Amino acid sequence: MIGRPLAKTSRLALAAGAALVAAIALACGPDTYEIPIETPIQPKLDVSAFQRVLVAGFVAGGNEDIDANQETVRLLRSQLRTKSSLRVIDADILPLVEVAQDQTAGSAAATDEAAGTHDRAAAAPKPAPPASAGSAADKSAQGLALAKNIKDEKDLEPYERLFANTAYWKRIGEEFQNPLIVTGTVLFANRSTSGIVQRDQEVMDPYGRRRVVPVRTYMERKGFLLRPKFVFIDGRTGATMYSESYREEVLYNAQQNTPALSSYFELMDRLVPNFLSALSSQKIKGTRVLLK
Amino acid sequence: MAAGVALLAAAAPALADSKGDAKSQVEFGINVAQRGLWREAIYRWEKAVELDPTYAAAYNDLAIAYEHEGQLDKARKAYEKAIELSPNNEPIRQNYELFKEINDRTTVGKDK
Repeated sequence: MIGRPLAKTSRLALAAGAALVAAIALACGPDTYEIPIETPIQPKLDVSAFQRVLVAGFVAGGNEDIDANQETVRLLRSQLRTKSSLRVIDADILPLVEVAQDQTAGSAAATDEAAGTHDRAAAAPKPAPPASAGSAADKSAQGLALAKNIKDEKDLEPYERLFANTAYWKRIGEEFQNPLIVTGTVLFANRSTSGIVQRDQEVMDPYGRRRVVPVRTYMERKGFLLRPKFVFIDGRTGATMYSESYREEVLYNAQQNTPALSSYFELMDRLVPNFLSALSSQKIKGTRVLLK
Repeated sequence: MAAGVALLAAAAPALADSKGDAKSQVEFGINVAQRGLWREAIYRWEKAVELDPTYAAAYNDLAIAYEHEGQLDKARKAYEKAIELSPNNEPIRQNYELFKEINDRTTVGKDK
């Protein structure tokens, strides 16, 4: 007999408590607050010694539809003009593939010259050179092979030594009064892949309502791969200060026909903030959740 | 035993007071941060964690403020402390993930 009124009282108390909690929650507001923030990022490089920047050119290849050297130089110059404090030098874009080929031809000629001298010297009655000398020269000549038509990353690899040629970059630096030099390699290549992909599909349920469900299907896709390496060179010394590589790709349905140039810009758009953050401080916008 | 109970009884309101004060500081910090006064918010949230070193939300808010001010080392430490205190708190984890994404960009010599 006593149990019933007590239970009723308890239910009433619970209801009152719940109402009170709801009222307090309403009065206090929520416990989480979304807030926009801007995170300042310090530049990775100290470029205070430079007033000017020369985006010299890139060893580029992979796709014949676009000139990745020209497009990359134009894009980076325009970004640096608006988003860095450095003055951008307008100069002819260096055809670095040809420059590297010339340098290779030059060093091959020098090697031949040295070999000729060596032969002449060998003809004279002097002690024979060590047996290993010839094989080292052969290895060096093999290592100098540069593909004229760059198709993939392997073709780009031998060009790396161009960036280590401090004498060349120092000369370029002197020509433009010792700026910061930006150069590197850009591979922009077609990419195709096939396999199982997950995509959302709209279906009607038995009650006639629309629902989105994940569906796994086999798809052939094609797109592009962008693999740039940015090399920052001190124009006063010709030495590399810093370099960074990135890899981005975009894939579309095989039936979709997307122009190479628009894909190139789509991929570069993702990388440009990273490139800029090497030279100038950036503010990265985002949102976070404050808690009570 | 009586002395212990008396000590607890005396300490309990003080503890409750410091927790209440910490909460007030956090709320005030949120208020000023929403108006863009991040330095003042940092001052309040630093005070909050001083008053209640177990207050995960205060460390989370402090981490966000440090992030906004570009003090990324301090932000990371504060996030890590917040996660240590409240490992299953989803908003804190999400904030930390977003922070790490930005922090990675500042790492020199990155090769993706």
